[in-house]
Amino acid sequence: MFAELLQYLLSGLTIGAIYALAGLGFSIIYNASHVINFAQGEFIMIGGMASATLTASGVPLPLAIMIGCGGAMLVGVLVAKFAVERARNASTVTLIIITIGASIFLRGVAELVWGKDFKRLDAFSGETPIQIMGASMQPQSLWVVGTAGVLIVAIGLFFARTLTGKAILATSHNRLAAQLVGIDVKRVVLASFALSAALGAVGGAVVAPITFSYTEMGIMLGLKGFTAAVLGGLGHGPGAVAGGLIVGIAEALGAGYISSAYKDAVAFVIILAVLLFMPNGLFGKRGTERV
Amino acid sequence: MNALLHGRLTGLLALAAAIAILPAFLPNNFYLDIAILAGFNAVVCVGLNLLIGYAGQISLGHAGFFGIGAYASGVLVGTYGWPPIVALLAGAAFVGLLAFLVAKPILRLKGHYLAMATLGIGIIVSIVLRTESGLTGGPDGMMVEPFKIFGVELYGEKVWYWVVGVLLVGVVWLSLNLIDSPMGRALRAVHGSEVAAEVVGVDTARFKVLVFVLSAVFASVAGSLFAHYAGLITPAKADFFKSIELVTMVVFGGMASTFGAVVGAVVLTLLPQALTIFQDYQQIVLGGILMATMVFMPKGLLPTLAALLPARRRA
Repeated sequence: MFAELLQYLLSGLTIGAIYALAGLGFSIIYNASHVINFAQGEFIMIGGMASATLTASGVPLPLAIMIGCGGAMLVGVLVAKFAVERARNASTVTLIIITIGASIFLRGVAELVWGKDFKRLDAFSGETPIQIMGASMQPQSLWVVGTAGVLIVAIGLFFARTLTGKAILATSHNRLAAQLVGIDVKRVVLASFALSAALGAVGGAVVAPITFSYTEMGIMLGLKGFTAAVLGGLGHGPGAVAGGLIVGIAEALGAGYISSAYKDAVAFVIILAVLLFMPNGLFGKRGTERV
Repeated sequence: MNALLHGRLTGLLALAAAIAILPAFLPNNFYLDIAILAGFNAVVCVGLNLLIGYAGQISLGHAGFFGIGAYASGVLVGTYGWPPIVALLAGAAFVGLLAFLVAKPILRLKGHYLAMATLGIGIIVSIVLRTESGLTGGPDGMMVEPFKIFGVELYGEKVWYWVVGVLLVGVVWLSLNLIDSPMGRALRAVHGSEVAAEVVGVDTARFKVLVFVLSAVFASVAGSLFAHYAGLITPAKADFFKSIELVTMVVFGGMASTFGAVVGAVVLTLLPQALTIFQDYQQIVLGGILMATMVFMPKGLLPTLAALLPARRRA
């Protein structure tokens, strides 16, 4: 009974950590540019596919992850520079379609480069399950949760302590004012896309041994990341992390106790229920609209 | 083109004429089939355009309503033996009620939150359709009986072409009238500035709910008829990508332009057919075209083309 619950919580925590990373990616880009980047899931996919295929061809794992991460960052910067920044003043709907166009494009390229089959990446440190009070846990889960934890703390420090981080924060508060004090807001947008891409790619690499990698792996992960970001309140970093963990754990509990077929619906039921009562998410600002 | 955009009756007549003469240029049923699919998409897009283009609200879940209509017809006619027209109306009524119930709280949300909520509804609908296989046939979908009314069975592309054509003209006529009515002006005020509209006394919530319900019902009716026409319905017709496709058609053709929505639906229905020549590069080309049109023509195809024409209407 307890072991079962613990089992669900552990698996929820693992997948929740990935949702948290994706949600954080959505929030960072949203803060810098007020764009919902529907290509966030594709960054995860690039990380997962690159590390799986590169290690298979003999590249050491850390190098493979770094290459995947670099590739995703480059893609992120290109999307920002050639699509998003050019449509700066377009409406919300237009920007959403641009990023969706980017995600279709990237999936197309990925299919061409890597093919449609599932790619396998070996677990980083063996597959012997760890027993914890009757529940068992894959060692890879520790890698996922640990990596996500380290990245989230690093992002927190980045925004609190570095000049670039503060410039991104300033831009999110007021783009014009940030520009006036000499912040290059265009570079801030590029930096935010690169940062989100890196988060996604590393997340994709560590989760790949659990989920396998395939070119469509980013679709649901991206949508769940968006759910996490909205649940926590768009643009609220810690909120996105909390949202990711809530979605992940609720999903695991729903799959375990209710029905595994409806696993993917859990996140969306939660978000609808929350938005019904809290239109700005759990931690979002209850601000008034400027006329 | 100006007349097309600004003359209500002229535009409608032009559309009717185009629909009437088009079959003469279509060599066989394959092309007629594509025209019919474009027509179904156009019906949904005209409704969705009322919501996106005029009320300024985004929906990333309209395929869910299309799917409910389609499956209502499939299940009620096939499994329970209802007359098709009754099943169609029942599906539309159910979708209307559902849209009404979710509209009030949902339309209070702004921008991205609304996108999230409608996306959630669409995904939940498609998961239910995929999972409840006892009723819906699951991921493989289900066969749908042909549409019979007063003992006459609608059969073949030629018949369905005219059914869809008449439906499209009717839907366009309805929305043009709606846009020119006091309610349409109220809607445009909501799009321009919701607060300002409220200040001058427009009941913005009521209008938004009404348009949301209306566009959902259009989608449901199109879904029902599509199911009968195709004879087979799968959950893919209700999923997230179909919703995105519909929104893209509206934005591509030109937001706040009813004929733009029709043009967008037609072009983007044809595009994947045309893109099959690119084979493996199909997705890349599709994604690239989406990005490029939105980056270079953020207002959409028809308004951009209209702006290129000499400004005769100022005279």
